[in-house]
Amino acid sequence: MVRQEMPTQPAAERVKNFNEVALGYTSEQAVTEAKRCLQCKKPRCMKGCPVEIDIPGFIAKIAKEDFLGAIKHIKQKNSLPAICGRVCPQETQCEQLCVLGKKSEPIAIGRLERFVADYEVQQGNIEIPKITSRLNKKVAVVGSGPSGLTVASDLAKLGYNVTVFEALHKSGGVLSYGIPEFRLPKSIVDREVEYIQKLGVEIRKNFVVGRLMTVDELLDDSYKAIYLANGAGLPKFLNIPGENLIGVYSANEFLTRVNLMKAYLFPDHDTPVKIGKRVAVFGGGNVAMDSARVAKRLGAEEVYIVYRRSKEEMPARKEESEHAEEEGIIFKFLTNPVEIIGDEEGKVAALKSIAMELGEPDESGRRRPIPIKDSEFVIEMDTVVVAIGQGANPLVGSTTKNLKISDRGYIIADEEEGQTSRKEIFAGGDIVTGAATVISAMGAGRKAAIGIDKYLKNRS
Amino acid sequence: MAYKIMEKEELSSDVKLLKVKAPLVAKKALAGQFIILRIDESGERIPLTMAQTDKEQGLVTIIFQEVGKTTNQLGALEIGDEILDFVGPLGKPTHVEHLGTVICVGGGIGVAPIYPIASAFHKKGSNLISIIGARTKKLLILEKEMKEISDQLYVTTDDGSYGFHGFVTEMLQKLIDDGLTIDMVMAIGPVPMMQAVCKLTKSYNLKTMVSLNPIMIDGTGMCGGCRVSVGGKTQFACVDGPEFDGHLVDFVELRKRQGTFRNQENKSTKKYDQECRLKSKL
Ligand SMILES: Cc1cc2nc3c(=O)[nH]c(=O)nc-3n(C[C@H](O)[C@H](O)[C@H](O)COP(=O)(O)OP(=O)(O)OC[C@H]3O[C@@H](n4cnc5c(N)ncnc54)[C@H](O)[C@@H]3O)c2cc1C
Ligand SMILES: Cc1cc2nc3c(=O)[nH]c(=O)nc-3n(C[C@H](O)[C@H](O)[C@H](O)COP(=O)(O)OP(=O)(O)OC[C@H]3O[C@@H](n4cnc5c(N)ncnc54)[C@H](O)[C@@H]3O)c2cc1C
Ligand code: SF4
Ligand code: FES
Repeated sequence: MVRQEMPTQPAAERVKNFNEVALGYTSEQAVTEAKRCLQCKKPRCMKGCPVEIDIPGFIAKIAKEDFLGAIKHIKQKNSLPAICGRVCPQETQCEQLCVLGKKSEPIAIGRLERFVADYEVQQGNIEIPKITSRLNKKVAVVGSGPSGLTVASDLAKLGYNVTVFEALHKSGGVLSYGIPEFRLPKSIVDREVEYIQKLGVEIRKNFVVGRLMTVDELLDDSYKAIYLANGAGLPKFLNIPGENLIGVYSANEFLTRVNLMKAYLFPDHDTPVKIGKRVAVFGGGNVAMDSARVAKRLGAEEVYIVYRRSKEEMPARKEESEHAEEEGIIFKFLTNPVEIIGDEEGKVAALKSIAMELGEPDESGRRRPIPIKDSEFVIEMDTVVVAIGQGANPLVGSTTKNLKISDRGYIIADEEEGQTSRKEIFAGGDIVTGAATVISAMGAGRKAAIGIDKYLKNRS
Repeated sequence: MAYKIMEKEELSSDVKLLKVKAPLVAKKALAGQFIILRIDESGERIPLTMAQTDKEQGLVTIIFQEVGKTTNQLGALEIGDEILDFVGPLGKPTHVEHLGTVICVGGGIGVAPIYPIASAFHKKGSNLISIIGARTKKLLILEKEMKEISDQLYVTTDDGSYGFHGFVTEMLQKLIDDGLTIDMVMAIGPVPMMQAVCKLTKSYNLKTMVSLNPIMIDGTGMCGGCRVSVGGKTQFACVDGPEFDGHLVDFVELRKRQGTFRNQENKSTKKYDQECRLKSKL
């Protein structure tokens, strides 16, 4: 039996809207796919799952058409299944290890996870677990991205009073401001946030920790422990000439305008975005793919991905780069931008790049790109989006006393339980690891919840 | 939680003052810092300086000029109305110390953000000389307030309808020519004004700080939209500033970048005007 294809909006249509691209399995498809699972005694897939979901367990329930049972099973380990089912890089995690992948295609674990999560919502009755013990102890969480939401929900279930402090006017972190609507509908993020609030977690938005109150002030106030999950939200630039021209955005700015501020609905929403006919996106990761696909949907005629290595080295999820290709994004591999050329008004007019070739492997194990002499070339351009990665925002770390920070600005925390150089402060997610994945940020939150619980119980 | 408007005042035909209930922000605010607000669900996030704070009453005063959609909509709100989002304090506070003589120069709406900074220098016991200017008398704001805190106050109007006839820079030049010893100049106003002040003070090697107003979104260092070039280096005005050494700022770039969305802004303002007219007809 073959792996069930995911129904999607046709490329020609979807580039004209922001609706979700992948439409989700029907129940027939889900059951058919679930029945392919061999129910391995020693399931390899689970080794690839950072939060150790009982994969064959929930798939067995789908095969028996017990969809609500399946989602309950997943939720024991993962409180954000509708999100993970959509954005996890399953092809390098659970699905990569699935034994079926050796001979044919692995089970579509992510699609099944998404199916049951959506099924539960359509049923309407989302079960809120009863919280049996109330501990009357307050824990603060900084940041409402996947890591912060996970630690908050786990601690709430253990009976703690949890307050999440969020700088923006909306919860969700990158899920809200970064990942576009067509890949992760915001209604899904809102739903998960609501669920966590129903567990009793208080979310205080418009609260910039480090400015309104520092971590130390929160601890002095009444919080007994604090979890830092403020993400890696500092946009990097290439530092080439012309990066401050009109029409150059960081991916964070571009995506924030469109996703968080809904600039694609301008002028019904007040925040503008300007796009032009020709757009270059620097980078080869998910952020670059998202930016390129957003640009296309905003009406750009030609959208280029400019990436200095080759296709094989692109860190983006395969599904994303494939979708981008279907949508007509033009890939310029082995190309490195050297200068953005402006017109007399200070607007982007063209992009000068240099061709690259691959040399010896570098410390990341990927072959190092080397410029080819005298190979510079110029392409006309109106807009540039710089999506070459994010670094650590120093606002929280630098305003917290005696907190150990790495050379690159990330908070140093114990890998197992997230404890930092100060015993009452824990940290996890992108602010510890650097830009990574939704599921690893959640995994860190889960472990830290155990760590915080242990710490607070030992103390009292 | 929404943020309620407790007081409202019209300072001139297109400049309004609002006092907004935001106790925690008021408690923490320092001179030179700003807030970002969003009026409603479809609104834009815009930065405004805290012109004053009342820690006891928990009030933050904002003073703004109605230049486009959001500031016009804000100006149309009344006492009792609520603002959906109001986040602050943002930006680095002014480095306030006791200095011999400080000159605070405010042009146009820039008088609003210079007021709390001037107050802070005054409280530290510095000799505070203020120069405030406007295009014409009608547009002059906060004269009384500035007078109360300044050791000397000079008022200028471009058209000579009030005070000294000329630009703030001409007044500043006069003070320099009079041989006054000046320890620092602080200038806030439209970009061309700040640029002109810096050009003047640079030739006398007078330390000059300016407060920059690029387009912002988050105000936490996350988007980089607010980047400005200072001494050839890119800085994020919302977290590294908004105050910078004026002699190092690339004002030409700042001015261009402020105009990034001019077409869209005009469209948005027009649409808002039409909607208002329709409403008033009903
Ligand atoms: C465009 C884009 C696409 C991506 N696509 C994928 C994908 O397909 N699959 C995948 O697995 N991963 C993807 N990622 C990566 C993934 O989103 C992140 O690894 C993950 O969100 C990190 O979670 P976090 O909780 O650590 O931080 P974040 O999600 O960054 O959340 C941090 C939160 O903290 C808040 N905050 C920051 N500073 C403060 C402060 N001082 N006070 C209060 N709050 C503060 C921020 O506003 C934010 O809400 C993508 C990232 C981007 C940018
Ligand atoms: C740190 C800081 C402090 C400020 N303090 C004050 C103040 O105390 N009083 C005051 O009247 N104005 C202040 N401003 C300027 C104020 O933010 C803009 O006038 C306002 O955003 C205009 O919005 P609009 O929709 O009414 O006008 P629009 O028609 O949208 O824009 C008019 C002009 O305002 C600027 N602008 C537009 N959107 C933004 C934005 N999101 N962020 C910043 N600038 C923008 C642009 O240069 C634009 O050309 C400050 C700006 C900054 C950065
Ligand atoms: S490895 Fe593949 S076949 Fe085996 S249990 Fe996991 S999903 Fe099923
Ligand atoms: S406003 Fe986004 S980084 Fe300054």
